[in-house]
Amino acid sequence: MTKSTPIDVRECHYRRMPVLAASEVTVRFGGLTALNRVSLTADTGEVVGVIGPNGAGKTTLFNVICGFVRPTSGRLEVDGRPLPRVHPHQLVSLGIARTLQGVGLWQGMTVLDNVMVGAHRRHRSGFWSALLGLPPSVRTESAIRDSAVEVLDRLGIRDAANHRPASLPYAIQKRASIARALVAEPRMLLLDEPASGLSAAEMDELGELIRELRSTMGVMLVEHHMDLVMTVCDRIVVLDFGAVIATGTPDQVRDDPAVTAAYLGQEVGQADAGPVTGGEPEGQA
Amino acid sequence: MTRMPGPLRFAAVRHGLVVIVLAAAVAGYTQIAGSFADFQLAQIAIYVMAIAGLTVLTGLNGQVSLGHGALMAIGGYSAALVMQHDPNGHLPLAVVLVIATAATAVAGGIIGVAAARLRGPYLAGATLALAVGIPQLAVARQFAHTLGGEQGLTVRSPQAPSFLGSSFSLEHWLSWICAAGALVVLFLLSNLVTSRYGRTFRAVRDDEIAAALAGIHVARTQVLAFVVSAASAGLGGALLGVVTSLVAPAGFTLVLSIALLTGIVLGGLGSIVGAVWGSILVVYVPQWSTDLAHSLSFSTVMGSYFAVAFYGLVLIVVMLVFPSGLQGGIVRLWGMAASRVRRG
Repeated sequence: MTKSTPIDVRECHYRRMPVLAASEVTVRFGGLTALNRVSLTADTGEVVGVIGPNGAGKTTLFNVICGFVRPTSGRLEVDGRPLPRVHPHQLVSLGIARTLQGVGLWQGMTVLDNVMVGAHRRHRSGFWSALLGLPPSVRTESAIRDSAVEVLDRLGIRDAANHRPASLPYAIQKRASIARALVAEPRMLLLDEPASGLSAAEMDELGELIRELRSTMGVMLVEHHMDLVMTVCDRIVVLDFGAVIATGTPDQVRDDPAVTAAYLGQEVGQADAGPVTGGEPEGQA
Repeated sequence: MTRMPGPLRFAAVRHGLVVIVLAAAVAGYTQIAGSFADFQLAQIAIYVMAIAGLTVLTGLNGQVSLGHGALMAIGGYSAALVMQHDPNGHLPLAVVLVIATAATAVAGGIIGVAAARLRGPYLAGATLALAVGIPQLAVARQFAHTLGGEQGLTVRSPQAPSFLGSSFSLEHWLSWICAAGALVVLFLLSNLVTSRYGRTFRAVRDDEIAAALAGIHVARTQVLAFVVSAASAGLGGALLGVVTSLVAPAGFTLVLSIALLTGIVLGGLGSIVGAVWGSILVVYVPQWSTDLAHSLSFSTVMGSYFAVAFYGLVLIVVMLVFPSGLQGGIVRLWGMAASRVRRG
């Protein structure tokens, strides 16, 4: 368990560090460099998008943040404090929640139970109390249930509460997986391809939801759907072959020749030729 | 979601009520049934403890154990050893049982630490080795002196308290003790699996990565499930020793471990109520098969083959008719009946 030292709130106002910062993170799998000196920050109140062609290292980046993959070099900081070794299960207590590609729900449990597990962190009671069914455990149970129902309500999927995930439409399952992450009340929410498999209308709804979340937390998303990324993100980090090739607002990134080159492909000779030819692919984009 | 009125809102109160009703039913049944029924009831109760424990581990937490017979052996031998060190019988039976349960829980914790690193067939293989190996320790030369070798150790029978009257038989008293043990286990496990611990167990079973991301320490959860499961099996093993007045390697064979596994599947994986159905089937079906063989007046050899074949047939039929176990089938039938009533 991590110990938290009290933080002076006044100090936080002008000296607050971003919730999440990666600096110079490198990951090598054997001879393959999956991430090459990647640095980025993400903070509450902003939506950061991580984009890039297939195999650019987006999910590896998420896996490093979550402790599934140890970086070969570089470091991660949460609230400005270095994290020497993160274990995945410690993440929520640091205020970081993540959704998985696909839905990642527990299929043998109802949606309500799924979301209730997400709320466990906020309400703890002891083993003996649970075994004997004592009042502390009973109170914890109802507190967990209430916070789960509240989040299901907020995401408009309360009707799905008593169903198994597999019996529900994909979009509802996706929402349920976001609900499970949200109920832990994270300060930073990592969304791994939240829009995959959604229709255009559902994607719009998702976009609205993400913008709403920004008022209470930071959101970082890995996503392929450019429409969604361009409309919801405040800042975009573009990865290609494991390296950051551009960072900026959606407009800046859209106009960046290196980004267009990475997405549309460009011959090596042309890429070396710099800005003169770099402007060209714009017309194609 | 409808909320139940008054104290019934609390799961522990509901579980307690069910346990009281069951206790009354058991007490009533033993009054009208003979002493053989007493023995069978004790047997069922012992299976209930071990099977309920195993269903939490395998059904809810996804860890297959072929070695629960060995954990029962640890419980049985612990009880026998405690009694040997207390030749005058100063310790009440309850204390002996608690010590045996705790000892098995510790053993379960040690096995659980290793088990948390193993998955699927590897875990099954490792626990199979336990099922075969642990009872054989009693025969090994180094331990044969303390553990009694093939002959095993004798276990002292308790005496029925005098206020129950002189006509109250020992068999009666033993079946009550076993039933009480089973009801305590059912009550505690039901509380546990409806609490956050039960959800945590299931989350780890369904997807370990998602569980870790939800803040669950996966390995610790798996060890906890093993400890809880082992404690239940240990109590069952200790009471098996008490009922048969003996613990010996032959009482804890691989067949016992397989019977426990059969019980959780027949009853309904992961269901505590299913553990009761499973135990009843595991005890009664072989009995019925033997009776049927007798009534068909086969020769002794044919009869024993027939009994085994009939047992197998019943298992196959139950699994075909109720793929999710008896409890799963009952829940489904109940749901169908309820929706028919609602439609009018």
